[in-house]
Amino acid sequence: MIVSRRWLEALLGRPLVAQEVADRLAAQCAPVDAVIPLHQDLGAVVVARVQDVKQHPNADRLTVCVVDAGGAAPLEVVCGAPNVQAGKAYPFAPVGATLPGGLKLERRKIRGVESNGMLCSAKELGLGADHAGILELDTDAAPGTPFLDAVPVRDDQIVLDVSANRPDLLSHKGVARELAAGLGGTVKLPTVGRPDGPTGAVPSAVRPSGHQAVVDGVAVRLEDPEGAPRYLIAVLRGVTVRPSPAWLAHRLSSLGQRSINNIVDATNYILFEINQPLHAFDLAKLRGPAVVVRRATASERIVTLDGVTRSLTPEMTAICDAERATIVAGVMGSADSEVSQSTTDIVLECAYFQPTRIRRTRRALGISSESSYRFERGIDMLAMPEALARAIELIRAVAGGEMREAPVDLWPEPQQPRSVFLREDRVAHLLGVAVPRPEIERLLSSVGFVAAPKGERLAVQVPGWRPDVTREVDLIEEVARLRGYDSFPVELRPYRLGTVPDAPAEQTLDRMRETLARAGLFEARTLPLGPADAPDAIAVVNPLSAEEAHLRSQLLPGLVRRVEHNWALGQRDVRLFEVGTVFRPSGRGADGPSSLPDEQLRLGVVLTGARHPSHWSAQSSKVPDMDIWDLKHHFELAVAAACPACDIRPAESGTGWVALESDGGEQRGWAGPLEADAPKWAGSLLGLEVRIAVGAPSLPRYEALPTQPPVLRDLSLVVPGGVTAAAVAVVLRRVGGTLLERLDVLDEYRGAGGGLPEGTRGVTWRCTFRDPDRTLTEREIDALLGRMLSALEEDLAVRRRQT
Amino acid sequence: MRLDELRERLKEIPQADARRLQELKTELLGRRAGALTEILKTLPTLDAETRKQVGGAANALKRELERAIDEREQALARGKAARTGQGIDLTMPGRPVWRGGLHIVTQVVSEICDIFRELGFTRAVGPEAETERNNFFALNFPPDHPALDAQDSFYLGGDALLRTHTSPVQIRTLEHYPPPVRVVIPGACYRRDPFDASHSPVFEQIEGLAVDDGLTFVDLKATLATFARRFFSPDTAVRFRPSYFPFTEPSAEMDVRCQLCAGAGCPACKQTGWMEILGSGMVHPAVLENCGVDAERYTGFAWGMGPQRIAMVRHGIPDIRLFFESDMRFLERFSGIDSR
Ligand SMILES: [Zn+2]
Repeated sequence: MIVSRRWLEALLGRPLVAQEVADRLAAQCAPVDAVIPLHQDLGAVVVARVQDVKQHPNADRLTVCVVDAGGAAPLEVVCGAPNVQAGKAYPFAPVGATLPGGLKLERRKIRGVESNGMLCSAKELGLGADHAGILELDTDAAPGTPFLDAVPVRDDQIVLDVSANRPDLLSHKGVARELAAGLGGTVKLPTVGRPDGPTGAVPSAVRPSGHQAVVDGVAVRLEDPEGAPRYLIAVLRGVTVRPSPAWLAHRLSSLGQRSINNIVDATNYILFEINQPLHAFDLAKLRGPAVVVRRATASERIVTLDGVTRSLTPEMTAICDAERATIVAGVMGSADSEVSQSTTDIVLECAYFQPTRIRRTRRALGISSESSYRFERGIDMLAMPEALARAIELIRAVAGGEMREAPVDLWPEPQQPRSVFLREDRVAHLLGVAVPRPEIERLLSSVGFVAAPKGERLAVQVPGWRPDVTREVDLIEEVARLRGYDSFPVELRPYRLGTVPDAPAEQTLDRMRETLARAGLFEARTLPLGPADAPDAIAVVNPLSAEEAHLRSQLLPGLVRRVEHNWALGQRDVRLFEVGTVFRPSGRGADGPSSLPDEQLRLGVVLTGARHPSHWSAQSSKVPDMDIWDLKHHFELAVAAACPACDIRPAESGTGWVALESDGGEQRGWAGPLEADAPKWAGSLLGLEVRIAVGAPSLPRYEALPTQPPVLRDLSLVVPGGVTAAAVAVVLRRVGGTLLERLDVLDEYRGAGGGLPEGTRGVTWRCTFRDPDRTLTEREIDALLGRMLSALEEDLAVRRRQT
Repeated sequence: MRLDELRERLKEIPQADARRLQELKTELLGRRAGALTEILKTLPTLDAETRKQVGGAANALKRELERAIDEREQALARGKAARTGQGIDLTMPGRPVWRGGLHIVTQVVSEICDIFRELGFTRAVGPEAETERNNFFALNFPPDHPALDAQDSFYLGGDALLRTHTSPVQIRTLEHYPPPVRVVIPGACYRRDPFDASHSPVFEQIEGLAVDDGLTFVDLKATLATFARRFFSPDTAVRFRPSYFPFTEPSAEMDVRCQLCAGAGCPACKQTGWMEILGSGMVHPAVLENCGVDAERYTGFAWGMGPQRIAMVRHGIPDIRLFFESDMRFLERFSGIDSR
């Protein structure tokens, strides 16, 4: 909502400083997004008096004026305006001035005569659309006086961020009301026609009616009181549609609103002044003549003012004449009903449309207007006759016309002002500071509430412009904000510990992140929305773009895109991990009212590039790239941290591994090489993804540290094809028993040389033997090794390598 | 050989060349037949008093000999290096290893949660896909109300949507735990805002909720001001302004003094000298009622803030998209590791 400082001044009858207004409003009711001074770009323009007007020697339509612009000597200025007259004052832009729109004035010859500046039209100054002639000034100011000082156009826009609960702040009167409460003073509507003048009398007689009535020959029927609980119609005859007077056009232009014609401008003025949207339509275009307010029918169509054909539904309220719908109630009219240059008689609608109905309608049609914005938030249903009376007064002032019959007021179920009870002790209970009852009453009444004691409580009558106040707590908020949030102390008081344990999931994720960061990886946070990454990826019904139309069902595709991004930046070494949520369809079927997807916590890792940073001391400047064995290490790390109850196995297909639950065998993780859009110079890309099991890690127990020395023996074995290292280890461990403390692979040898039989490989194992209680003898170990070798030979045909 | 004779040999060491030094080492300290070793071997044969005396002196001498030999070895090495021009240049870089780190948003979230932990708040979490009931209606959003406009949502079908704030976890928490409740709720949220420098369709939020007997607006102000002073600096000025959220009443926006210009006004704070940090308010009684909490007895306060925005304010990060791009240089810069 944009408010004009000058408009507020007219309502409050006092000068205001825009920044003070902004600060007060921000502290009391609504944040201020900006304070924008208007017409700052007219600073160089001065008042000038034309002393003489002569015909231009070389052009029929131009004159050469002698202008007193306050300088030492008069200036010669070439002028093209038909209305220039000697003796009158006009705005003058001297050489060097820059006008709105960026035109910088230079001394130049126009058809052979030098012109020393420009006499300006309203349009050239950004003050309106009138460019037929230069702007004649009604001022006694001395030539040379800055234009902004002589003419009251200087203004400030104050841009308010009005919250959805405060429709009253969508008008100057509502904002002025808050300022009066905060700064003192009272709000008075200025007499229309002379906006800065004193208050005028307001004729406000309306004829209360039920569902239908006739006004000045127009039959009005309210068939949809649910959609339009209150509906007022006035008929004005003999109006003249023409451009608005300057004051009215200025008021609207100070808000950035375009002036259209006097009738439309008058209704807009009322909207911005007192928050009552109005609609004027042409009586001549009304068949019947009748105004019917009803639900639209399913097949009904309307061509709205913007030229678009709209299909209506019974969920919408239509304003119709005797035959057809002409207006989408509260949202937009049609060319078929609108006021035009030839209009003489108008029907003026002043309605309250049901807020949710308007909201649904404008969303369904995808159009909104200043009116729909206000109806959607709720206007003052109780003040409508006064609003209509003011509108009639204004229209008659700017367009003439007469009202032969009092307006009709269709209000089948009249409403009374709402009362809300307030307990004084409840104020302290919520705000932490006792506010005495007189202060409560004073604060509430300053913005229009009427408070009266009723027993221990206050009965507070809520004004019609505050639909948001419905219960006690709403009144307590009024007390708090009007008293000022600063008036409450910042005082840390004792508190009790809560009953909610710290979330295990968060603790688990913290641990994951620590583990991976310590392993030399950087945490990424990728977008959970992306292209479908699985056939059953969950689609967003209303995505922003096709690229972000699905929820991720795995982390790796998003991480791969991040690697590609780094490659595109020329970065070869990329090590990323992410912990985050992925989404899977729930098993419960998609028809239920709340079938939420299953959410899983996952850990994803991508690795590519050098295994470690290079160092000058190395033999070769080329550090080897990470390969699947680096990946396997990270997979082991990830599985141990994320799902310790899993075993790692080679994948059934391809090069890679899976993590399988020890009981049940469900797959919880995968690791392997990844496909990507890689530049030539990139290393191979490796990745893993593990489902995270939430839970506390198992606590390590102390075991006595060994005091006996270990015995190391290396076993070089010839391993036939098809026998895995894991199978060998199983046999070695089984036979080695508790004395075999550790088993490490020292090397693997493949190749034709070295005397290995075809189809076999050599693998050297280091066995570490230890007995915690005694020193092992050589003989014992030799015997044990012998048994281990026999078992290998017997079970797996693995033999010791002959050297 | 007597100990004092051996001590005389110390003098030879600084003059010895490499070969002589090796001989001396073997002769004096050799494990098999070194002179000092021989003396130490005789110790068990001596009476207690003598053993203690000789043992102490022998060990002291041993240390002296070792140090002298070590020093001479180093001096010889230096001399050799100098002669061949192969000195160790100790200004050469050390051998690095890959280092990792946490995302700056994760760090800020942890830091915020840690501060609130000191104030008695534990962490609570909930699902990112939610029902309209938990995301809106239980939080006192009226159906078809314009307040919903600021919460433009991604729908998943039916009444399921991606939560627009972490506030639904307020509902889940209050429905499962009796007061006193003191929780902070970190998590991802989704709104239909296209990406630009300050908007992202996905963003992080930290919600807070306290419900108990006797909590007031004073507790709200004090708790959040304490947070601001811990997080930014002890002299950080804060101010509270009226605001509107359907689930709090009264509602308040908290600003802190602009961290960049200290209040003088700069582009980051739009010349106001203040930075909007969080929205807050007293829990609306309708929310308590919707969760089966006695709203006559219990009161509470709640707030919500955006760690990304706070990180941008604090670190001068100009564009929210940087958080998602995962540029290794950005991640490294903000990983908490000192950059080289
Ligand atoms: Zn600043």
